[in-house]
Amino acid sequence: MFKIKPKTTQIIAYSVLLALTFITIAVLVFIILFIFKNGIRELSWSFLTQPTKEMGKEGGILPSIVGTLLVTLFSIIIATPIGVGSAIYLTEYTKGGAIRRIISFGADCLAGMPSIIFGLFGFIFFVIMLKMGWSILSGGLTLAIMILPTIIRTSEEAIKSVPNAYREISYSLGGGKLDTIIKIVLPTALPGILTGVILGIGRAISETAAVIFTAGSSLNMPTSLFSSTRTLAVHFYILAREGISMPKAYGTATVLIIIILLINFIAYRLMHKFISKYY
Amino acid sequence: MIKTTNLNLFYKDFHALKNINLTIKEKLITAMIGPSGCGKSTLLRVFNRMNDLVEGTRITGDILINDENIYCPACDLTALRKRVGMVFQRPNVFPLSIFDNVSYGPKVWGISNKKNLSEIVEKSLKAVNLLDELKGQLKQPALTLSLEKQQRLCIARLLAVEPEILLMDEPCSALDPISTAKIEGLMVELKNKYTIVIVTHNMQQAARIADEVGFMLLGELIEFDKTSKIFTNPADEKTANYISGRFG
Repeated sequence: MFKIKPKTTQIIAYSVLLALTFITIAVLVFIILFIFKNGIRELSWSFLTQPTKEMGKEGGILPSIVGTLLVTLFSIIIATPIGVGSAIYLTEYTKGGAIRRIISFGADCLAGMPSIIFGLFGFIFFVIMLKMGWSILSGGLTLAIMILPTIIRTSEEAIKSVPNAYREISYSLGGGKLDTIIKIVLPTALPGILTGVILGIGRAISETAAVIFTAGSSLNMPTSLFSSTRTLAVHFYILAREGISMPKAYGTATVLIIIILLINFIAYRLMHKFISKYY
Repeated sequence: MIKTTNLNLFYKDFHALKNINLTIKEKLITAMIGPSGCGKSTLLRVFNRMNDLVEGTRITGDILINDENIYCPACDLTALRKRVGMVFQRPNVFPLSIFDNVSYGPKVWGISNKKNLSEIVEKSLKAVNLLDELKGQLKQPALTLSLEKQQRLCIARLLAVEPEILLMDEPCSALDPISTAKIEGLMVELKNKYTIVIVTHNMQQAARIADEVGFMLLGELIEFDKTSKIFTNPADEKTANYISGRFG
């Protein structure tokens, strides 16, 4: 029997882990480069600023850019306070008992639900029952429900990781529960909470199935929350699916990826600013 | 003055403090010594009701601070904790600026005027001899200070809410000997204005700074007397064994 030297095992383990990491990065880079290669020549000032013409065969994608940003923004504005609020309730007000486990389990199940289910629900509930029609409102609310579990779970983890000593000190200075949460716990947990919000934005902005049922696919420039709109992801899907224009489809995908990269970049910069301020 | 009569404390089934009767005098330093797990920190946490945060804690007996029962059902918990402040083992400053650390307590207590706040902050930092060193950098993050200065800052943060009694739970255990000497010096200065109760593992520390010392073992208060008496002529054999280093 031959024996492998410990040092050799180390080298093998290191190489395997390095290879795995490399594969992850390589896939990401490949996808981005592939989309960019096909889409970058479509990018022009007029593509970004012109209304869409002939179902997307001609013209730009300005209505879709505006629609995407509005739907996403609306869903984040709704989901963040509800999500962070529930996370505070779960971590600070329930003492790890059955309620917390049930709610956490529910949130996890909700997070794993296929987005088309949310789409169908949003269609029946918001669009038809509440008569909101295909609109930014319906789409935003549906997306808010969809990203809620992500925000709850990440905020919960962030709040749980705030050292208990901080709470004790706040109480020992005569601080009440609410003072402690607002002035000490939340600011300390902010970077983690922001991570959850960023993940939520990422999910919402790139969603297709849930918004096609709820926000519709109108190519007009949205004028109010009740306007129907076609988000970039949906526009891309329709252009490619119905064979309207592959170049325009790649162009749209490129714009969507650039927007997502930009949002992540800004969010991480913001986060870094919060973290490095007092640490 | 803190006075306990037949104080018993249980964590669920565990009898953590057994029939404690003691009187802690005003404007003195009283040290509680004893081996780990003897209940000295638990006793300290009785005085500002921090044990209330632990589920399953049950307390019997009377605990009076200035003749008021602090465990009456109608007692205002936050007002008690304002009067009876606590310094913890680790210098746990908040991840905020130096100024915000000290002004946290007063802000909670409703002071929002900028000028009043900075007066309080300066006064509190001065009391712990930090003002001259830190003047002009109050906006800096508190976590960048040395551990000793962080612990001073924690004491300043406490003084800012104007307590009467300072409870100190091994305040020097995370510090090196030089920093420890400085904090001890500070405690002796502070006893002119405050009643101080300190829990310590370090018998030399108790001997150096305390006026009165209580020795605890397995939840019981074995002996309570003047420092000189405890360290030179203890009445109980167990105390003698502990201070001579035979166990603990």
